Amino acid sequence: MAKIKVVHYINQFFAGIGGEEKADTPAELHKGEVIGPGTAFAAGFGDEAEIVATIVCGDSYFNENIDAAKAEILGWVKDLAPDLFIAGPAFNAGRYGVACGTIAAAVQEELGIKSMTGMYVENPGADMYKDKTYIIQTKDSAAGMRDAVKKMTAFALKYAKGEKIGASCEDNYMNQGVRVNFFEKERGSKRAVDMLIAKLNDKPFTTEYPMPDFDRVEPNPAVKDMAHATIALVTSGGIVPKGNPDHIESSSASKFGEYSLAGVTDLDADTFETAHGGYDPVYANEDADRVLPVDIMRDLEKEGVIGKLHEKYYATVGNGTAVASAKKYGAEIGKRLVADGVDAVILTST
Amino acid sequence: MRLEIGKINITDIRFADSSKIEKGVLYVNPDDLKPVVLEDEHLKDVTFDIAKPGESVRITPVKDVIEPRVKVEGKGGVFPGMIAKVDTVGSGKTLALKGMAVVTAGKIVGFQEGIIDMTGPGAEYTPFSKTLNLVMVCEPVEDLKQHDYEKAVRMAGFRVATKIGELAKDLQADETCVYETCGIKEGIEKYPDLPRVGYVSMLQTQGLLHDTYVYGVDAKQIIPTIISPTEVMDGAIVSGNCVSACDKNPTYIHQNNPVVEDMFAEHGKSFNFVCQIITNENVYLADKERSSNMTAKLCKMLDLDAVIVTQEGFGNPDTDLIMNCKKIEAEGVKTVIVTDEYAGRDGKSQSLADADPAADAVVTGGNANEVIILPKLDKVIGMLDYVNVIAGASDKTLREDGTLEVEIQVITGATNEMGFGYLSAR
Repeated sequence: MAKIKVVHYINQFFAGIGGEEKADTPAELHKGEVIGPGTAFAAGFGDEAEIVATIVCGDSYFNENIDAAKAEILGWVKDLAPDLFIAGPAFNAGRYGVACGTIAAAVQEELGIKSMTGMYVENPGADMYKDKTYIIQTKDSAAGMRDAVKKMTAFALKYAKGEKIGASCEDNYMNQGVRVNFFEKERGSKRAVDMLIAKLNDKPFTTEYPMPDFDRVEPNPAVKDMAHATIALVTSGGIVPKGNPDHIESSSASKFGEYSLAGVTDLDADTFETAHGGYDPVYANEDADRVLPVDIMRDLEKEGVIGKLHEKYYATVGNGTAVASAKKYGAEIGKRLVADGVDAVILTST
Repeated sequence: MRLEIGKINITDIRFADSSKIEKGVLYVNPDDLKPVVLEDEHLKDVTFDIAKPGESVRITPVKDVIEPRVKVEGKGGVFPGMIAKVDTVGSGKTLALKGMAVVTAGKIVGFQEGIIDMTGPGAEYTPFSKTLNLVMVCEPVEDLKQHDYEKAVRMAGFRVATKIGELAKDLQADETCVYETCGIKEGIEKYPDLPRVGYVSMLQTQGLLHDTYVYGVDAKQIIPTIISPTEVMDGAIVSGNCVSACDKNPTYIHQNNPVVEDMFAEHGKSFNFVCQIITNENVYLADKERSSNMTAKLCKMLDLDAVIVTQEGFGNPDTDLIMNCKKIEAEGVKTVIVTDEYAGRDGKSQSLADADPAADAVVTGGNANEVIILPKLDKVIGMLDYVNVIAGASDKTLREDGTLEVEIQVITGATNEMGFGYLSAR
């Protein structure tokens, strides 16, 4: 197998040019040269990978001329066409971290070349770029170089070879906001007991799922004039025309359906059913009005309590459906309802 | 309470003319078991099959998994309130057939049954690829409603497991484990310096086929109470639910509750394991409030220092989980919660339907939405007719080449929320 080609990006300090006073050094391409931490990487790579070029750029230059510096470097990387682009490690150096994150993310996004970097978790570049490139977690200063190179080398080889990247805790990269499954060494109950003992004794422990920030939706003000309002029905209870024409899944729905209620006064067992897999379907299938109350809405329409029932309804299955999907369906359904002049919606769930 | 569990290691299951256990081999005559199943007029027929670890076999649609046990000393019998009378169990001696399980299968709801693969990638996710499985595929009489079918199959499973357990009643155990909890006063005197720890076990009770039974009582109807974990080992809690296969707690996992097992391992060392508290996951807000209030109160009344809280199911029960956690923590009792995640196929969505900063110690059984390709296997026990509609599948699940594209949600026990498995996520 051919050696994996790596291009390495470092700043003026690690290239041995100088400290802060040389931070305005413009970007330089050193073809065929291995510089600074590159030496340690090269040793770690052995015969499997080689650094074909090192790009050096001053931190101030990069951050103050970001578009020009980025364009120039991307041009070089494109021509070199490496298998992997490595920036840093930047440890806790703020501007260097941002530069590493910016250029690594750009290489990946704009050139489609695999990229990675390494830095300390509190480096501002970490939060900015951890979901755009792989950032290996390092210590906060260059004293942690050995450890950083070891972790980055292991990751680099695995990644460049196309092997499956495990969960963040397995492969030492910063969590990208994506939940990744993996098998632990201890079963869940043992991990829970160990965590409980740590918590009891005020020892440190790491939760396996940090609580998310929730998106709370404020309800709209009440409808003032119900007698002239057009009301729509929308459900996550899975009520669909018999036969489930859109094949909405029983769980983890990948779509919603839009169906006509024109001329429908009552849902019955011959015409409607539920696609939902989260409850005993017997009662919903017997009379789908129990979940999507069309019969009552028609009564209210006749009695003049509401203006009219909107002639279309929307349905999906809430069971196990990802919040991101639900949000997407909600936004699209909302757009269509507004376009149709609907004043208010009754949302039913199960 | 003190219970001895005598383990009889089963190394093979074979069909034979007479049913017996000899030198670790379970011999089964299906004709002995068939009448046990068909005594219920709701069931028309049953077929028995055997699935062994490593075989190219897929079992689906799976309903429940049960470990055969028999009580040989002490009050009562296994599955009190379901099979045996309602004597209080959990003391004396019980024999358990290890390494095997009775698996009930049938197209009950058509939605929330599971898949057990005995080999391949799917086998890594289910604990029941490692057991010798006696599978009973039950066929209902015409026009039987789902809930009646569920009950018939559930009870038939317990009857069969009990009948098989009884084959062991005169056998010598290969290994014996003793589980003993102390009375309140006794525990304080015996372990004056150890923290007092409990286990809050949330039982699936959303209704409409999402039910659990305690001594025969539908757990929707209980208010939270305390129970000795040894009672549960005797089958005091059984599953009657059709929640997604990955995170339902089959009867087998109640019998072999891993939290109880791992807490007993630390009992008298790191802490005093006081008792198990059972609570439910009803859908009405008043029920949720009442049950979580009661659960927190029990933790306080028992002077617990910390608890582990486990869940069953997802979505709606996430709210019960978080209410329990928040209210128990507010009583000054530390918590670790065990759950699983529905973070979407891409893993990018929030994983739970509810959250609170009090839940700072979480163990996860992994993301149930992760997609996996299951290879075509040589034999199917049960039927593939429902594989495109079970929870976690889609209309694209059964592919032309016979492989299945599914979320791990369809695999029985894949993301178990009592921590029975090794899967996790970050």
